[in-house]
Amino acid sequence: MNLQSVKTLYLAEMARSLRTLLQSVISPVISTSLYFVVFGAAIGTRISEVDGVSYGAFIVPGLIMLMLLTQSVSNASFGIFFPRFSGSVYEILSAPMSYVEVVIGYVGAAASKSMLLGLIVLLTARLFVPYSIEHPLMMLVFLVLTAVTFSLLGFIIGIWADGFEKLQLVPLLVITPLTFLGGTFYSIDMLPPFWQTVTLANPVVYLVSGFRWSFYGISDVSPLVSLLMILLFLSVALAVLSWIFKSGYRLKP
Amino acid sequence: MIRVEGLSKTFRGGFQALVDVDLEIRRGEIFALLGPNGAGKTTLISVICGLVNPSAGRVTVDGYDNLREYRKARALIGLVPQELTSEAFTTVWDTVSFSRGLFGKPKDPAHIERVLRSLTLWEKRDNRLLQLSGGMKRRVLIAKALAHEPQVLFLDEPTAGVDVALRREMWEVVRQLRDQGVTIILTTHYIEEAEEMADRIGVIRRGEIVLVENKHALMRKLGNKELTLHLHEPLDAVPTALTGHGLALTDEGHALVYSYNAASQEESSSISGLLADLEAVGLRVKDLHTRQSSLEDIFVSLVQERA
Ligand SMILES: Nc1ncnc2c1ncn2[C@@H]1O[C@H](COP(=O)(O)OP(=O)(O)O)[C@@H](O)[C@H]1O
Ligand SMILES: [Mg+2]
Repeated sequence: MNLQSVKTLYLAEMARSLRTLLQSVISPVISTSLYFVVFGAAIGTRISEVDGVSYGAFIVPGLIMLMLLTQSVSNASFGIFFPRFSGSVYEILSAPMSYVEVVIGYVGAAASKSMLLGLIVLLTARLFVPYSIEHPLMMLVFLVLTAVTFSLLGFIIGIWADGFEKLQLVPLLVITPLTFLGGTFYSIDMLPPFWQTVTLANPVVYLVSGFRWSFYGISDVSPLVSLLMILLFLSVALAVLSWIFKSGYRLKP
Repeated sequence: MIRVEGLSKTFRGGFQALVDVDLEIRRGEIFALLGPNGAGKTTLISVICGLVNPSAGRVTVDGYDNLREYRKARALIGLVPQELTSEAFTTVWDTVSFSRGLFGKPKDPAHIERVLRSLTLWEKRDNRLLQLSGGMKRRVLIAKALAHEPQVLFLDEPTAGVDVALRREMWEVVRQLRDQGVTIILTTHYIEEAEEMADRIGVIRRGEIVLVENKHALMRKLGNKELTLHLHEPLDAVPTALTGHGLALTDEGHALVYSYNAASQEESSSISGLLADLEAVGLRVKDLHTRQSSLEDIFVSLVQERA
């Protein structure tokens, strides 16, 4: 493992994010507060409790997931798309680094940043509602696995995209709707039976459910199923990436 | 230092950009790869540097296979691409230091400083790249390529679209690097540049290396010039007093053409003899001009020679 190269790439990517530090930190704080005002205060007065947890506390894990998914995808996709777009990717591709090392640098940085933002959301939520974390270790496991998996997805999108439109299309048309429909703001028990079944096809359901379980011990699907699903997504992302590198798709003619 | 054997590249879509290329670059030399646009210069460099996958053949860098032992091979190479590329918001210092780290070398501010000074970028070290002119950006790319102390430097059309002053400066930088023992491969479509800089020249056309030759030998081969004398009165035949000069009569007797080799002392000095004889015969010359074989002519003649 060429640690020096990986470290350099990772730190440069982190530095790129930190150049816009203020905006990176302020926007999740503001959006989280807005969600609490709108969902917590407005809806929370009607739905007082879900499975014995106050509605405000109930949506905290979902909000963190929302932040984690969107940020992982957008950071990682931009991270690799931009050098491709500007042409400076030649340097990465001609460096004495393996593909695995390149991915660790980019995806590691994207995942780190989104986890950091996830934690900021967690802290911001504290201003609005008290919550507890029943399984802190599992909470971290879900956090890391989700951030890494979706950063890999973002990295793949950043290689696939051949323009800014495509780069924004996937987060906008896929990630955001799936997150909103994935039980972020409700328990899927609240849906009619037909929609409960349909919802199970949404991968985000498993992420949110498992993550919420690590907070309150309540879940829509078993936490073990959630964990297995995340590992499945991770394997799929890794398989796609390894195909990309083997075939040279969009990187090496 | 670099050995290319039987290298071919066919792009997806079927276009063959490199045809069975064999090439050897010697340690410490400046090698110019000369060829018109689209000849395959960038493709050849890209395959050596690992940016394009070869369809056939192999490349070794200082004995290391560039695919199987890519870490060792690539660590020896610095690449300055043809297109200006840059991460607009980083500073000169940061981007050059980044390049060093990316190639696995530990931090060495003293080395970065030396590189920046040698490229007269030191004053600009804290500038963001978007504040720099095109010429400065190209120098930054050179600095990035030198940051990890490579033994081989590839310069892909380093002076294309660069003004004369900067071109001279680039050449100076390249010479200094060669003096430090760096092997340099540069591509160009300017014959003057190859002539000015190179120890050896390889000519590439349509993906094939047409010839590789020591510069002096090549320049002698390519140095043919024509002197055309436009006459006041047309002639029916070359005057007998001038037959010794090997003149040709063209333009329906209105012009005399004298071919000579500018690289040869003796042949160029014979021009004065020709002019003296013209005077003696009393031919009145209206105008005269000389023409050097253009790169295109040279390619054509090279290809015909091979056919
Ligand atoms: N990725 C690619 N896919 C298809 N054709 C390509 C690709 N890159 C270059 N070519 C073609 O290969 C030929 C050689 O290109 P190049 O090596 O850039 O030439 P040069 O650098 O000598 O101007 C050109 O005809 C170009 O259009
Ligand atoms: Mg080129």
